[in-house]
Amino acid sequence: MSSLRILVGVKRVVDSAVKVRVNSAQTAVETGNVKHSMNPFDEIAVEEAVRLREKHGLDVVKEIIALSCGPIKSQETLRTALAMGADRAIHVKTDAELEPLSVAKLFSKVVGLEKPDVVILGKQAIDDDANQTGQMLAGLLGWPQATFASKVDIKDGVLEIVREVDGGLETVSSALPAILTTDLRLNEPRYASLPNIMKAKKKPLKVVSPEELGVEIRSRLQTLKVTEPPKRQGGRIVGSVDELLDKLRNEAKVL
Amino acid sequence: MLASIRVCHATARRNVIASATRYVVPRTRAVLPTAGLACRLNYHRPARNEAFKRLTKDDLGFFKTVVPSETILATAEVGGTADAVELEGFNADWLSKYHGNSQLVLRPKTTEQVSQILKYCNTHNIAVVPQGGNTGLVGGSVPVHDEIVLSLRNMSKIRSYDELSGILVCDAGCVLEELGNYVGERGHIMPLDLGAKGSCHIGGNVATNAGGIRFLRYGTLHGSVLGLEVVLSDGTILDNLSTLRKDNTGYDLKQLFIGSEGTLGVITGVSIATPQRPSAVNVAVLGVPTYECVQRAFKLARKRCGEVLSAYEFWDANCMGAVLKHHELKNPLSSEFPFYVLIETSGSNKEHDDEKLGALLEELMEEGIAEDGALAQDDSQIARMWSMREGIPESLGKTGATYKYDVSIPIPVLYDIVGDIAQRLENASLYKPGDLTRPVKLVCGYGHIGDGNLHLNVVAQQFEDRVTQIFEPYVYEWVASHRGSISAEHGVGLMKRDYLRYSKSPEMIAYMKRIKDLFDPNHILNPHKVV
Repeated sequence: MSSLRILVGVKRVVDSAVKVRVNSAQTAVETGNVKHSMNPFDEIAVEEAVRLREKHGLDVVKEIIALSCGPIKSQETLRTALAMGADRAIHVKTDAELEPLSVAKLFSKVVGLEKPDVVILGKQAIDDDANQTGQMLAGLLGWPQATFASKVDIKDGVLEIVREVDGGLETVSSALPAILTTDLRLNEPRYASLPNIMKAKKKPLKVVSPEELGVEIRSRLQTLKVTEPPKRQGGRIVGSVDELLDKLRNEAKVL
Repeated sequence: MLASIRVCHATARRNVIASATRYVVPRTRAVLPTAGLACRLNYHRPARNEAFKRLTKDDLGFFKTVVPSETILATAEVGGTADAVELEGFNADWLSKYHGNSQLVLRPKTTEQVSQILKYCNTHNIAVVPQGGNTGLVGGSVPVHDEIVLSLRNMSKIRSYDELSGILVCDAGCVLEELGNYVGERGHIMPLDLGAKGSCHIGGNVATNAGGIRFLRYGTLHGSVLGLEVVLSDGTILDNLSTLRKDNTGYDLKQLFIGSEGTLGVITGVSIATPQRPSAVNVAVLGVPTYECVQRAFKLARKRCGEVLSAYEFWDANCMGAVLKHHELKNPLSSEFPFYVLIETSGSNKEHDDEKLGALLEELMEEGIAEDGALAQDDSQIARMWSMREGIPESLGKTGATYKYDVSIPIPVLYDIVGDIAQRLENASLYKPGDLTRPVKLVCGYGHIGDGNLHLNVVAQQFEDRVTQIFEPYVYEWVASHRGSISAEHGVGLMKRDYLRYSKSPEMIAYMKRIKDLFDPNHILNPHKVV
């Protein structure tokens, strides 16, 4: 097997354990002073890249590059990826509002420069739940895509992927280069160990701008309003079947 | 989304009610699977005090006029309709070590009802066991004989909360984890946290002066409790529910009730100061080669991150083995180590704390004090690391009959007692490390080393005298020889009542008895416990 380069996309999002609140202007969710961390699906992506290298060896997986687009704090997320085992990181620095299409365009430019054989992305980010970047990137590059991967392996330069689909599990194979997006059951990400965190500090992190890549970032969507879902009404204990029927008919109006 | 399940101290065999989307909060206490008749400790049960009245139907008749009938559990023996098994959860403690024989459980809804109940019991010499979440570890929360159980679980309202000062006033029967969620939504945290949080009540926490994993940072309940509402044995309601931070007007009576374990009065309301919620929390788990290194790491942690250090816990390899096995958790480290340390920092500035903790961890690795470690990268990893430490008691319980000793000893010699007990058991051919067929399966230690508090655990096939006599009273003598405490935070209950002399002088014990006589002249409150 010839040696491969894996590019992994990571995004800094509000931590999955945080109880988010809508801001007073109802335009977005409060993100100031709220805990952020790597998108859980991206953690799985990094973990998969590292596991592929552990399984097939350095001869097969030559390099793992972590890539993130966003403001300066995205570098924290890249450091986590390095601490998990990525070799180097690239930060496309921008404070602009990024939609999946913009991210896909930025990624496609980086792919053109770095020439990876596999690009692994999380299937979606937990802040926008868009589930678009991987697919759009494949479209822009004209590459095959295998989304919602729950199992991945490389055999003689061919990717074998098991996908989670509505009907069950679908096994596909794809030539390289290809795009993968990860689903929840693909693996359980490792902890960042102290020795690796210390090593990560010395690993290279390159910063580039969208202009250098020749991409103009434009918003094509406008968020009109963000509201919380209606509060769940408390249940009530009824005293008799008659009372239940009465409430179902007259209050819940389902009979 | 990735869900994180917080491991609670008591797992429910019956109804498990999810109180939030994220946490499973068991509301009914359950008996562990290993518990059975063979596991019941043949403990020295003091004889029944025949001065206490045996309940009759008339007594039940009276209680029915005080509290709603659905809050009463009475067996046929006293004129009720409940099955004895319905009272099992109130009669047995969490470890299934202590079993009482109560025929009546009352679950009042108001302080006034508690007052009327106690007034009646005092007049008729009926013994009462006040009960909260029943998660105690020294048999203090369950009857010894047929005392009636006075459960506070129906008094669970939050009375008031001032977000500016962080002062919370609530009923004694509020579950600690629910209070934590409530004040958490308002930018604060409870000043204490322990593995039993999903089941224990704040009233019980106060009555036992509970410690826990936040003790290092937020101190004792003697400091954070601002006021109490207590019902005395004769029904008098002592209202000291103050919300003042400072009040030096006379003797501070509430301090007597904090830690009195239900023997001086029944706590029905609590006023407590809640600290600001930290916006930056970091947790790291370290693999450490020797106990000496555990101490050196603590010293360095205090030096480099003292002001943001919020927890410093340790456990040994046997504990780690048990918890990884029973909770199906992954070891965050690359291999096994003799000791593990959990460090938590809490602060208001993430960059500041990250830098400090990062520098500390690097130094520990470079000095060889820690041989490996992992730093949590997000909140779900933090929760999983904590469940490793908090899940130890439950895992040991699933491994076998667990003897627990909670001691305060000077930190330098703290772990020596574990090796000592293990050696004594080995000499008696009752134990061999790694051999699970012996009468004793495991000897291990873990705890709040930052507070000088060790939880020594001996896990046996069953509770039996030939095992018990090896380390009781030897453990207490050992502790006394170091001027330590035979009960750092678990309290006295029934278990350690006869051993108080190992940590307190005869004069002090005599004055404790005088105070007991003053507040409870008929000795109806939690008899046979504490003094």
